[in-house]
Amino acid sequence: MKKKILAGLLAATMVISLAACGGGSDSGSASTDSSSDAGAAEAPAAEEAAPAAEAESGGKVLNIYCWNEEFKSRVTDHYSAYTEFDATHGKIGDLDVVWNITPSDDNAYQNNLDQTLLNQESAAADDKIDVFLVEADYASKYTDTDYTMALSDLGISDSDLADQYEYTQTIVKDSNGAIKGSAWQACSAGLIYNREAAKEVLGSDDPADVQAAVADWDKYNETAAKVAAAGYTMCSVNDTYRTYSNNVSGKWVQDDKIVIDANMEKWIDDSKKLVDAGAEDTDELWGDDWAKGKRPDGKVFCYFGPAWFFNFCLDVDDPETIAAKGGWGYCAGPQPYYWGGTWICAATGTDNADAVKDLILTMTTDKAVLKDIAVKDSDCVNSKSVLADLASSDEGNIALLGGQNPYADLAAGAETIDLSNLSPYDQGCNEELQNAMKAYFEGTADKDACLEQFYAAVIEKYPNLSK
Amino acid sequence: MGKSKNNKVVSYNKWGYIFLLPFLITYTIFQLIPLFTTIYNSFFENYRVGLMQVGPNFIGLQNYVELFSTPDIWQYLANTMIMWAMGFVPQILLSLLLGAWFTSPSLRLKGQQFFKTVIYLPNLIMASAFSMLFFTLFANEGPINSMLVGAGILSTNYNFLFHTFSARALVGFMNFLMWFGNTTILLMSGMLGIDPSIYEAAEIDGASSNQIFFRITLPLLKPILVYVMVTSLIGGLQMFDVPQILTSGTGDPSRTTMTLIMYLNKHLYSKNFGMGGALSVFLFVVTAILSVIVFKFVNSKEVK
Amino acid sequence: MGNKSETQMNQSRRIVCYVVLVLVSIMCLFWFYLLFINATRSNSELSRGFTPFFSTHGLENWNNLVHGTLPILNGLWNSFFIAITTSVLTVYFSTMTAYAIHAYDFVGKKTIFAFILGVMMIPTQVTVLGFLQLIGKMGLDDSFIPLIIPGIAAPIVFFYMKQYMESTLSMSLIEAARIDGAGEFFIFNSIVFPLMKPAIAVQAIFSFVTSWNNYFTPSLVLHTDTKKTLPILIAQLRAADWLKFDMGQVYMMIAFSIAPVIVVYLFMSRNIVGGVSLGGVKE
Repeated sequence: MKKKILAGLLAATMVISLAACGGGSDSGSASTDSSSDAGAAEAPAAEEAAPAAEAESGGKVLNIYCWNEEFKSRVTDHYSAYTEFDATHGKIGDLDVVWNITPSDDNAYQNNLDQTLLNQESAAADDKIDVFLVEADYASKYTDTDYTMALSDLGISDSDLADQYEYTQTIVKDSNGAIKGSAWQACSAGLIYNREAAKEVLGSDDPADVQAAVADWDKYNETAAKVAAAGYTMCSVNDTYRTYSNNVSGKWVQDDKIVIDANMEKWIDDSKKLVDAGAEDTDELWGDDWAKGKRPDGKVFCYFGPAWFFNFCLDVDDPETIAAKGGWGYCAGPQPYYWGGTWICAATGTDNADAVKDLILTMTTDKAVLKDIAVKDSDCVNSKSVLADLASSDEGNIALLGGQNPYADLAAGAETIDLSNLSPYDQGCNEELQNAMKAYFEGTADKDACLEQFYAAVIEKYPNLSK
Repeated sequence: MGKSKNNKVVSYNKWGYIFLLPFLITYTIFQLIPLFTTIYNSFFENYRVGLMQVGPNFIGLQNYVELFSTPDIWQYLANTMIMWAMGFVPQILLSLLLGAWFTSPSLRLKGQQFFKTVIYLPNLIMASAFSMLFFTLFANEGPINSMLVGAGILSTNYNFLFHTFSARALVGFMNFLMWFGNTTILLMSGMLGIDPSIYEAAEIDGASSNQIFFRITLPLLKPILVYVMVTSLIGGLQMFDVPQILTSGTGDPSRTTMTLIMYLNKHLYSKNFGMGGALSVFLFVVTAILSVIVFKFVNSKEVK
Repeated sequence: MGNKSETQMNQSRRIVCYVVLVLVSIMCLFWFYLLFINATRSNSELSRGFTPFFSTHGLENWNNLVHGTLPILNGLWNSFFIAITTSVLTVYFSTMTAYAIHAYDFVGKKTIFAFILGVMMIPTQVTVLGFLQLIGKMGLDDSFIPLIIPGIAAPIVFFYMKQYMESTLSMSLIEAARIDGAGEFFIFNSIVFPLMKPAIAVQAIFSFVTSWNNYFTPSLVLHTDTKKTLPILIAQLRAADWLKFDMGQVYMMIAFSIAPVIVVYLFMSRNIVGGVSLGGVKE
């Protein structure tokens, strides 16, 4: 009996694999079809999603490449011309929109994007990539090439972008000064502190008093010592990292040499002292250990984060968290910095330039849309006037911050961010420095060994660089 | 008469070639050609940074010089072998013990079917999922730490993944858990193949069960033990996903859990076919040396 | 008297055995328990740490997963298709290769045998770079073929089959069939292959599981969402951004990926743990 089953299976799979071979480059869908003929139970399920991609070959297609659903949900909610079709498809007028979502883990998003951009010229019109999103850490890898269109070539003028914060444009300027992307967020960030802990350690939870106690790194370190003495942990060394790395005096890579900036040295030395004193820990961001501070018994003094951190990272829905009790406060922190934000870029060779132009203008410069995004999604939007409105109105009061209105601080922060020292290597260098120094902070390796490991790891990623 | 028989044998034997063809063709296409291109690539500078392609430029042995310019590569080899041994030693011991129990005629254990089924189950969990569970369990604030502190064994939380020995031991333990069932099944099948009359004779001669195990079972099990050893060694050299996911690809602490394949994976990031190729050739040479040792061992047994 | 003490000794040995076996079983089953519990917990419950109790969010996690962007049913089908075809090809052709070496005498047989044993030691990852270039040139990128067809040449499975044949396959049976006028291909398919059933069952499930859980090669070959296998989709789910990150869904997805393979395994386990008898010695 079993022999017969096995023989039957064998026969069926032979047919299937032959069919798959015949399908050539289209083998995936061919094998799905023939196998459903063979009567396998799982086949119908596979049918549902697959044909959608092929069905559109007739019409015009707007291909959007991104690594998560954030932009898609913003477009769905705020771009009135867009109607959602299913999770990865929609329509703008008679234009089909295809969302190509590849997660950024293991560099998969960029690898995929690189490959697509390199094939752009030879791709069929409907397969051409029209829009892709980038993050600041690696923006110049794309914006400083001809694969990305200057916004002026799309017909977007500087005056259209006048209400945006300057740093958001610096990030996507190419070496000739052309702006090649546009963001709807201005993610200036600061220090989000536990009000209970502030009262206990500093005697006050007023944002101005707390700011005075962390106004620069010296004061921050003094406060951290007090915080540790009171039985709290200040935060993780990985929380403060971005604040230091945003305020460097030179690029990570100069003449193909890796240069460790004085402010990064300062991060290493400050962090080591604080970890040794028990004032900071080395928890990985997003990990369970790191997340413990969201509840009072986690005994964490602060997190570092921008506006999106409030709603998405403090677990306000969980009644046991500090956030649910409105127990957080916000102040600017030791140095201005930003965290996050997504830039919309137009790919050279797009066959739907008008649609791309409208999408970028509406999503990143339309004040009504941006106000809507700010209020409904709690994004800190890239518009000076909208932030000014929010700072002076009750709409800007945030319950989990105990009713505090952080927008004046956020807007002031966004004005002072200076990102003239970005390089295409930032992402790799930042990741590897944090990875490598962990052993030093934990006391399991000395500083030089960790730095050696850092150089080696960066050169693995970027073989053209040297120490 | 004799001649025609000979012809017949020859005509049968041509089927040997025919039956070998699918294997040889597939092997040549999907393994041998890639192996040669990999070796070929190792003499070129060929990688991508961002959207910029560098090479391929012929640079001779430059990649090898670079690969061996630091002792790192030996460290990664040592890491790999140490973590493999940490898993393999307990694995083979427990498997032998369980195999002996399951096949022992005097024990007649009940519920064997259940136990035999259960021990293979961990192999069904993908390594990545397994690593995630371990990561949570052994986190600094995880349940293992709170249990150990609660029981007074530790005074403060011990961060398992920050210390070389404990991080390696976790990787070894996971490999042990995932593979001992597999090994037990293989060993058991070998033990069941041993003629029961040998045992009976031994028992009549008054041999103890320990004597039976060490004097009879173990020597007769040698071919299958060699098989287990060889396949496990191959698996060990290929160790990748358990330490990769447990340490988020960093090989922490200080790259003491970085395996050769994890290192290869780092070069895949920049599509560095040159360095990746050189590393692959190194791995190939290591396996070749190990295989010579193992097969020397097998042959000496066959002579005996 | 001696008999009695011996049964007593066996009795106490048996108790030791049972205790160890129960402990080992707990060690094996604990992970499944943990997985299925975690699959019923919400993200914020999970971030709070470990509990030994089931929670109430199983259905919610399942709904989020099914209605998310990941084509998990495609993934299930792809994993199934690749794992089944791979394991069928692997056991069939490995048996055939082993039979060629075992049953025939031809020039170069020793060399080929030594060659296969030699290449057995080469890890797949060694050739992965060349493999990727090759399939790129053959236009097989993003296709199932480079994942399935190489299964035909599986030296490790071949080695096992060869060992097995040496102890169980009698040449006289084959000679008898030849005298009856059976063709060589027919003999292999209808006499030899069925005789190898226990060994085939073991290797079929081993290669099915290996392929099912394989992440390394598929993640490098498959790019289109609807072609991806379950382990790749799990990795994608884990890599979701903070906006959507939901460990509850991740665990539900893992549970969902493991359930089918458990069923397949339980179905075949009788063959694996029962009838296998690979002879170490032949009389």
